[in-house]
Amino acid sequence: MHELSIASSIVKTVLEEVKNRNLKTVTLVSMRIGALTDVVPDSLQFGFEAITKDTILAKTDLHIETISVKGCCNNCQHNFEVFEFVFICPNCESNDIKMSHGNELEIAYIEAED
Amino acid sequence: MPDKIAIEKKVLSENDLLAQELRTKFQENKVFVFNLVSSPGSGKTSLLEKTLGLLQDKLNIALVVGDVQTENDADRLIQAGGKLVRPIVTGGSCHLDANMIHKSIQQFNLNEIDLFVIENVGNLVCPSSYDLGEDMKIVLISTTEGDDKPLKYPGMFRKSSVMVVNKTDLLGFSDFELHKVKENARQINGQLEIFELSCRTGEGLDTWIDWLLEQVILKKKEI
Repeated sequence: MHELSIASSIVKTVLEEVKNRNLKTVTLVSMRIGALTDVVPDSLQFGFEAITKDTILAKTDLHIETISVKGCCNNCQHNFEVFEFVFICPNCESNDIKMSHGNELEIAYIEAED
Repeated sequence: MPDKIAIEKKVLSENDLLAQELRTKFQENKVFVFNLVSSPGSGKTSLLEKTLGLLQDKLNIALVVGDVQTENDADRLIQAGGKLVRPIVTGGSCHLDANMIHKSIQQFNLNEIDLFVIENVGNLVCPSSYDLGEDMKIVLISTTEGDDKPLKYPGMFRKSSVMVVNKTDLLGFSDFELHKVKENARQINGQLEIFELSCRTGEGLDTWIDWLLEQVILKKKEI
């Protein structure tokens, strides 16, 4: 359950933006979260709601886009989507795979009114 | 109509930045650092007790030991002869973060240390998100757990460079199969280095120790 500390980091960053850009309200925070980050979207939603209660972000929606895991084969350079966390190249069967997507844990954008 | 404002910022960028600072500091002092992770009870502290016993005449080893409560594990490592052992009691947090390591290294003189070990909180989920400035994560699993654990916690097995299988003396007493755990782990991470050992009987420890010594020496040779 590290979603609460993740939620705190999100709130901290968003509040900094609010201050720096002189924003009045933030209506939406949009996240990109990789499937291999072990962050549970529901728990993150719950944590975000819990810590923003009674703050200016109380009515802010948290949108989470899950990014599927993608790999690039170091042997034949084939790019492919990794299903069920099987990191084996479907083209040449090598298991030497570089991960290109799936580790994201980012705030993509916010929607705000100033 | 609200404005859309691009942020494009990593949530853990503060942690990652601090971890990078730590990595530079370790690098400057040519210290090999590993972050040891596992479920509770797999034998992290046992492995470190044995490692201390076999290596402390050869190397200066520093250990920081994370636990949610109590300093029991740190006490065990001091009992095992550890001279540079520091507990980190997280008080509820399920993982160590770079800031905790940053604070703890103030207590060490890094240029006198060869090997720096971080024993993380027993948890295969949360610690995988937090870079601590280590050279590598080492994941420990024991034969009293399920051999499908790599499939259940792919994030941690993907991010680790080494898997140590402990309690091999108990093979045959449970349904755990060595070839299955290896197959499952390599499916997620084909480059994973694997050691099999028993902290209780000492079987397989020599291979682990030789490998560890080699990493420390390689680190010293890095420019």
